[in-house]
Amino acid sequence: MRELVIISGKGGTGKTSLTAAFAALAAETSNSVLCDADVDAADLHLLMQPEVQRRTDFMGGSKALITPDLCTGCGTCRSLCRFDAISERLTVDPLRCEGCGVCVDFCPTAAIAFPVQRCGEWYLSETRFGPMVHARLGIAEENSGKLVSLVRRQARQLAEERGSELILTDGPPGIGCPVIAAIGGATALVIVVEPTVSGRHDMERVLDLAAHFRVPGMICVNKFDLNLEMTEAIEQVAAKRNGTLLGRVPFDPIFTRSMVAGKTLFEYGEETPTRQRVREIWNRITGSPAMHPPGIVDCKTTIQ
Amino acid sequence: MIISVASGKGGTGKTTVATNLAFALGSRVELLDCDVEEPNAHLFLHPVFERSERVKTPVPLVDESKCTFCKKCSAICRFNALAVVGKRVLVFAELCHGCGGCLLVCPEGAISETGRELGSLNFGRRDAIGCISGQLRVGETMAPPLIKRVRAAADPEQITLIDAPPGTSCPVIAAMHGADFVLLVTEPTPFGLHDLKLAMAAVKLLGIPAGLVVNRADIGDDQVFAYAEREGLPLLLTIPFDRKIAEAYSQGKLIVEELPAWRERFIDLYRAIETIVQGSTAAVCANS
Repeated sequence: MRELVIISGKGGTGKTSLTAAFAALAAETSNSVLCDADVDAADLHLLMQPEVQRRTDFMGGSKALITPDLCTGCGTCRSLCRFDAISERLTVDPLRCEGCGVCVDFCPTAAIAFPVQRCGEWYLSETRFGPMVHARLGIAEENSGKLVSLVRRQARQLAEERGSELILTDGPPGIGCPVIAAIGGATALVIVVEPTVSGRHDMERVLDLAAHFRVPGMICVNKFDLNLEMTEAIEQVAAKRNGTLLGRVPFDPIFTRSMVAGKTLFEYGEETPTRQRVREIWNRITGSPAMHPPGIVDCKTTIQ
Repeated sequence: MIISVASGKGGTGKTTVATNLAFALGSRVELLDCDVEEPNAHLFLHPVFERSERVKTPVPLVDESKCTFCKKCSAICRFNALAVVGKRVLVFAELCHGCGGCLLVCPEGAISETGRELGSLNFGRRDAIGCISGQLRVGETMAPPLIKRVRAAADPEQITLIDAPPGTSCPVIAAMHGADFVLLVTEPTPFGLHDLKLAMAAVKLLGIPAGLVVNRADIGDDQVFAYAEREGLPLLLTIPFDRKIAEAYSQGKLIVEELPAWRERFIDLYRAIETIVQGSTAAVCANS
């Protein structure tokens, strides 16, 4: 079983639109599992319209809660809290509470409770392209990395149960906690880059991260015709750093139009050159050495 | 005045709005790049960086010669950053949140603190515009403490413009908390709308007045506009999809430099924000 994670560093480069298009292509030949690991601002479900089969609460960390009746107002909690989460009136600001429990343990009258928080929920669903694991982190919540790890674990379990060869994971933007949780142990990454100064800058940081965690990265330039010079510069940087070049996708309003229709690129309108390009990119991904590392045995040949 | 530019969805134009607004104002303004995972504002504002500061977060350092291996430190740590195995104390520095609990609980005084590098703060200027950019170290998971340090370095005498990270979880809250106004930037697509709703929920939770900028306003559909009207979220600026704007952006150029007519629009945007903030402050004063 393999897991392909689609990330970008910079947001809004087309991760989710491409993940959905890949899901449509993957469904033509194999039974894959879809996973939305962008739990912070999950969008894949808008194109997949999953039918939720099971809904489970995600319990994250705990937060301090002062019981006024037991509190003597000594202020120990406030002086020990390093996160400025306790006000002068000795109430806890849940948005600042880090969940370290120091105040709980050092309160001389044991007046501080530490209830576990429900930080969101996750779903097992069915879609027209196969099963999907996705989640919704609560607003302003922490522990996005934990929830990402959870949905990926569930996707893996589901893939084992169903005998799926592939997990297709839509990753979060950035390089921090949720991204690190999304790429650890993945078979390979598709990094979707747009040809802008920020796209290039952010790709370099993501490549650093991929190298740090030793996950092979493949590069796809989206909206390449917005700046051809930058596209070439990006491809040079990527190649120099051993990022496999997958190809270029043009700026095409069909992505927005199909999104408005709640469909993938391959379900909306006519056969177009853009579709052909995405198909070629998908073939390069599935045929890439990165997706066929030693140790994974299946019917497909590895290196041509 | 602290204005946080946020969005929910990535790539909608937060940095475009924040940098152009800073440049249009021209002086008495400081831009804080709080998208520390992928800081981009400097690529458009082109500040000259004058100095850089490494930012660390405290992590425990155990003196095993004093340690009795009582395991109180590992018991108090909610983040599993300490483990006592036989006659060894293992510190998993990358899991540590720096709460200091282990230090407080150790009966032998065997724990002191050292630092784990979170990243850096880079201080620069573009003419009269200040710029502080936070940059998370590659491999570091914890963005919020670094974002808080960027915020703490701001000059309170200036207008503070915050370029926030995407999403709605803890890093975004760190970039919005305590702001006078949140300027939400979105695009009129189903993804843009969905994530705008999430960002609105965060803004409401914090109780901060907000306004909307719709970028690439002529793509997609009209659902974002209808939502803003229903929510009473004032639409303060629309930026059309214009290949000239997209190309200028791709090269790291500001709209207000390339298309000077936009300068006045961004200044008007600031004035509109000022009016809303003054109105809401007046309302708070009248109520108290």
